[in-house]
Amino acid sequence: MKNKPGLRKGNFFESIAKGERIVTETHAEINNEDITLDVKEFNLFYGAKQALFDINIKIPKGKVTSLIGPSGCGKSTLLRSVNRINDLLSIVRIEGNMYLNDDPIYDPAVDVIELRKRMGMVFQKPNPFPMTIFENVVYPLRIDGERNKNVLAEVCEKSLRGAALWEEVKDRLNDSALAISGGQQQRLCIARAIAAEPEVLLMDEPCSALDPIATNKIEDLIDAMRGEYTILMVTHNMQQAARTSDYTAFMYLGRLIEYGPTGTIFQAPHCQETSDYVTGRFG
Amino acid sequence: MKTDAAVQKSTESKKKNSFKRSSRQRAKASLFAQGEPMIWLTGGGLVVSLMMIAGLMTLIVINGINTLWPKPVDLFVTYDNKPYMGEITRVEHFNPAKSELHQHQEKVNSDAVAYFEKHNGIAKRMLVRTGNFDLSGEHYNWVNEYDVREHTTPEQACVVERTSWGRFYGFPSAFLYNGEVIAQDDNQIWETFNKHHKEVRKRWRTQRKLETHEIGKINFYEEKERLKLREKELKFGIESEQWNTQNDHFKSFHARSQSAYEDIRTEINSLKEENDKYKIRFTTADNKEKIIPLADIVRMYPANSLTFFDRMNIYLSRWHEFLFDEPREANSEGGVFPAIFGTVVMTVIMSLAVVPFGVMAALYLREYAKGGLVVSTIRISINNLAGVPSIVFGVFGLGFFCYMVGASIDDIFFAARLPNPTFGKGGILWASMTLALMTLPVVIVATEEALSAVPNSMREGSYACGAGKWQTIWRIVLPRAMPGIMTGMILAMARGAGEVAPLMLVGAVKLAPELPVDGMFPFVHLERSFMHLGFHIYDLGFQSQNSEAAKPMVFTTTLLLITIVFILNMLAVKLRRKLRKKFVSAKF
Repeated sequence: MKNKPGLRKGNFFESIAKGERIVTETHAEINNEDITLDVKEFNLFYGAKQALFDINIKIPKGKVTSLIGPSGCGKSTLLRSVNRINDLLSIVRIEGNMYLNDDPIYDPAVDVIELRKRMGMVFQKPNPFPMTIFENVVYPLRIDGERNKNVLAEVCEKSLRGAALWEEVKDRLNDSALAISGGQQQRLCIARAIAAEPEVLLMDEPCSALDPIATNKIEDLIDAMRGEYTILMVTHNMQQAARTSDYTAFMYLGRLIEYGPTGTIFQAPHCQETSDYVTGRFG
Repeated sequence: MKTDAAVQKSTESKKKNSFKRSSRQRAKASLFAQGEPMIWLTGGGLVVSLMMIAGLMTLIVINGINTLWPKPVDLFVTYDNKPYMGEITRVEHFNPAKSELHQHQEKVNSDAVAYFEKHNGIAKRMLVRTGNFDLSGEHYNWVNEYDVREHTTPEQACVVERTSWGRFYGFPSAFLYNGEVIAQDDNQIWETFNKHHKEVRKRWRTQRKLETHEIGKINFYEEKERLKLREKELKFGIESEQWNTQNDHFKSFHARSQSAYEDIRTEINSLKEENDKYKIRFTTADNKEKIIPLADIVRMYPANSLTFFDRMNIYLSRWHEFLFDEPREANSEGGVFPAIFGTVVMTVIMSLAVVPFGVMAALYLREYAKGGLVVSTIRISINNLAGVPSIVFGVFGLGFFCYMVGASIDDIFFAARLPNPTFGKGGILWASMTLALMTLPVVIVATEEALSAVPNSMREGSYACGAGKWQTIWRIVLPRAMPGIMTGMILAMARGAGEVAPLMLVGAVKLAPELPVDGMFPFVHLERSFMHLGFHIYDLGFQSQNSEAAKPMVFTTTLLLITIVFILNMLAVKLRRKLRKKFVSAKF
């Protein structure tokens, strides 16, 4: 019997408190999509403390997927596990695996540096490098040893156009990247992230340090990138998730509770907990 | 602030009405809470430190600037008819012994007796730089004011700065050319002096240049050839085929350099001969005669009939000499150019050595090493290293660099010159290395601070782009940390440039006419001993034979050293500002 029409039976919070295993409520629509990133039975530990529990999630190609959930639920940790930035902390230990277009991410044979080149990442705070705008954008190519000026200039223009920044900075590509505004810096970081044509673009709360106008521009940009890029985005802002993403995943205390098309998640979630969260009853 | 105070007042007055006692307690507490006494305390601390620094700087600057200003010449004649002519360098008040007073009373010297009565037995005395060491055996004389019968400032009195024997004070009486008097009248003498002095000095400088540089060059290259011969001897034995070829070569080279040497000697002799014709005869205040060759006179001026413009001219010409010439008269006169050069070269080499090593060490500690007991022990040890007395570094430098590394280098590369050491003794390279070692902690600590100030988000951004660790360090972390590293370099330079104690052991010397960089192949001679301004100060102040004359130069040299350190620092600060503009900026 269902408690409410459309809501799944059972209480996740109680199960979590008891330490029981949670099976994610994954909506059937996902199965119709091409999958870029496939996370399978993923567990992550910070020392003795487990931060992620049995995560199973398939990120569809060319779509925007949002990770939502209260602070400390592990959504950033999950995102940072995808490009193995978490590896930099020596206390991190993982179980399970992820697959980027069927290539395993966690495998002793994997070259982490080559792996990271297949992904782009945008951070919470804009982090332009202390160099010119041009050098910032072509940084991924530079570290690959690309020297051809024409190639670099072409990539620079394409990426900046892709990040909707070209018109604003085309006359001062040789200025310091630290001199432009915060919103522009964040779009510059996006341009840098897409310069190497990544297979998946990871965004860790990309608008949380920006003012509303800059946020708007980034959201428009994400909207425009839909279809061309596979985007996995962490956000604190539920309206943002509702506005920009195709799919939404709700996480709580290191577990993935529910994952499905954004519309369903926000309007008719299968789980009581998701419903409580998206309607603002907790979190 | 104002509103705060007003609010407080009103609450205080309200309280006063109701509870008198507790309101007083409140007022007391709030005084400390406001921090009023702390402001005074901290401000006072600042004022005291500033005053000490300002006092020291004022002392150095005033004395340093005054030293080279030409002073008038005074002539004192005492009651026993002894003349003292010279510049007053110091004035003192003292209480003469009773016996001294009696002596004067016995002589029934009414003026002196009146003097004592007038001054309550306190007498003034002056230290007069009378010069003429070659005639009197004294550079300085104390003159008691009560002994003075007559005090004048004679118009014709003349100060002569010469290349040896210290200063000369006298009256020019004749200008001699080839032993014949060609000018006797005062004006005529000055006219002839001005006419000939420049060319004579020019010849003298040419002669000196020939003596030191040209002959030095011949000796240098001949020594090189001799070493080649010796090398062959060590390698193949005497009378071997190779040795014989080299010996023939050496002989022909020797003959050639001998003839070159003769040529130079002839040239020197002709210059000398020409210069020997010009002489000036002086009469001293005590009526002795002295003939000084014009070539020996560096500068001569009638001290009492100078206009301000003349004095300025002499002052500037002395500064020019001080900055650009070699020292003479056991360092108490002349210039300090070799010391300036040595200080700057040493500081630059030291910076070039210490910065890369310090940065590399700090990079490993901060970026690669995993934190733990070993790393913290290393860090503590580095900090402690900064507290080791600098003389200990000097001893270490002497033992390790000079006697171990240097001696090994000599064994391998300069065996022919042994037993004379080449690198196996103090030299500018070892001095720089020793100071680099000493200032290493400063650079490491500053660099570590700078590295840890680089935001982690930048590193992560770089890794996320697929950069490796070293790429991230090289392209992101280091540029961003550069200004902080520069700060470390500035601190190290300031410490190194002013250090003296270790240098005394590893290469700084009293007099080193050969600069570490010159025109002789291989142009940079890092094994040479060198002069250093800090050591020069010590030498002038405490090791000089003519310490009265050297003392004022201590201040001038100190002023110069501080100025050089200041200039080096300013350059580094400017560079740092440029870097900071480029790599670090306030966001948002």
